[in-house]
Amino acid sequence: MYNPIDLLNGEKMVESIIEMTDVVKKYGDKAAINGLTMAVRKGELFGFLGPNGAGKTTTIRVISTLTDFSEGTVKVAGIDIKKDPRNAKDHMGVIQQAISLDKDLTIRENMMHHAMMHKVPADERKKRIQELSDFIGLDEYLDRMVDSLSGGWKKKAAIVCALVHKPDILFLDEPTVGLDVKARRLLWDLIKKLNEEGTTIFLTSHYIEEIELLCDRVGIIDLGKLIALGTPQELCNKVGSTAVEYRENEETKYKYFTDRDQAKDFVSVLDDHDQIVIRNTNLEDCFVELTGKSVGGR
Amino acid sequence: MFQTIKDAYYVAWGDMCFMKHNFWNILVSSVMSPLLYLLAFGYGLGNGITMEGVPYIAFIIPGIAALTSLSASFSSTATRLNVQRLYYKSFDEMLMCPLSPASIILGKSFLGLFRGLVGATLIYILGMCVTSELYVTPMLIVSVVLSCFTFSFLGVMAALLAKSHQSMATFSSMIILPMTFLCGTFFSAAAMPAWFQAILYALPLTHSSSIIRAAALDWSFPWISLVVLFAFCVAFFVIDVYLVKTRRI
Repeated sequence: MYNPIDLLNGEKMVESIIEMTDVVKKYGDKAAINGLTMAVRKGELFGFLGPNGAGKTTTIRVISTLTDFSEGTVKVAGIDIKKDPRNAKDHMGVIQQAISLDKDLTIRENMMHHAMMHKVPADERKKRIQELSDFIGLDEYLDRMVDSLSGGWKKKAAIVCALVHKPDILFLDEPTVGLDVKARRLLWDLIKKLNEEGTTIFLTSHYIEEIELLCDRVGIIDLGKLIALGTPQELCNKVGSTAVEYRENEETKYKYFTDRDQAKDFVSVLDDHDQIVIRNTNLEDCFVELTGKSVGGR
Repeated sequence: MFQTIKDAYYVAWGDMCFMKHNFWNILVSSVMSPLLYLLAFGYGLGNGITMEGVPYIAFIIPGIAALTSLSASFSSTATRLNVQRLYYKSFDEMLMCPLSPASIILGKSFLGLFRGLVGATLIYILGMCVTSELYVTPMLIVSVVLSCFTFSFLGVMAALLAKSHQSMATFSSMIILPMTFLCGTFFSAAAMPAWFQAILYALPLTHSSSIIRAAALDWSFPWISLVVLFAFCVAFFVIDVYLVKTRRI
């Protein structure tokens, strides 16, 4: 019987839709995921952050059964993906980092092909594609070849393909990379809308403001291990809710404090420093402080 | 079994759309090289020659049909899957669908099967117009279908193992090209030295040529070659399923 437990707090809480326990994935001798344990709650918009090569994409590939793993267990909607991968796949939709549509087919054919392979009943396929295309605003592009569309529309078409079988959880791996600001904002609205309609979202991104803006909870991964998990506010509080930013020896430095008064005391003893800023700590501060790396870098 | 075939159809549906968009291109490219072989070797080189008691043109047409089953089946399956896997990444989407590895492999081999059958059939019909020595027998149909399946599965295997487009080209140069010219398509394998025959009979196209030729010319049918080719077909299919199942791709 599926027993929803939040693995990190060890207590019965909101139902978890993904449970990873001590997962290890190695490429040769190098562990891309090194004992990863985490749970994603049903219905939440979960953000997954990490520097390049931290294991974000590998984690998605492992959960979505694209890549095998050597140790641990992964359950999706209570189904062990090693024991029953085909049933587990019914619950998942994945938008990969690179657009993964078949460029030799039209958008409609891509959607229909996905619907068939996900075994959507024949009498529902057309209706479902039409509904999703209307929802996303793709209707007028359906009979065009993939390469005649801009990156934003291709991404939207990929989202329709991933949603055509009504998955419970949607993985979005760096969905806004390469999109212009307008397309990115439209995609944010779409992600929020899908989440409001009940789809659990698992989002990875290099854009930290994207994660901060959209996500209910955030996990930070580094060197294949989860190093922090919580709401954006909880993570900021871990570092200190107030940040002081100042220049010293031609370098920008940061100090974090639990409250504003402590920050002011620190600033008052800073001699010969200019460009001193006191502000609220943001997720980027937290990320850099916890991983020791800049976003997207090592 | 029925579910596997149904799922294979779902997988193949995308390739059917691809064929619909590229129908003339596929048709012309399927018959172009066998037609050139027929003109160059059949008429240019082989005019007036007999081989194993039949005019060379009658000898070579079943060989070219076997060769077409190899080249059209292998290249169309391998090229499209290689592009889908390494460049479009759309093969990953297939792997994330609730489909069995067997249905994915069967579905992906459909394009090769179709192109191989079209190419071999067209060249055979053309051959029947120029010589009266050729027959259509049930074993001919079985042999051509088995050949097309075998080389489609080989194409899937090559595409699953390829690390880049370059490695696909290397596979073609090292495996497919030598088979094209050496495996009894243009001459009898029996004409080669004994040690070399041993190598040739370890290659599937030799058996494919042998059974297609025997069935086409109504010669004594080499059942052992049929069994060996069937074993190649099963082996390629099993390897393909293993590669997909264990994600060693």
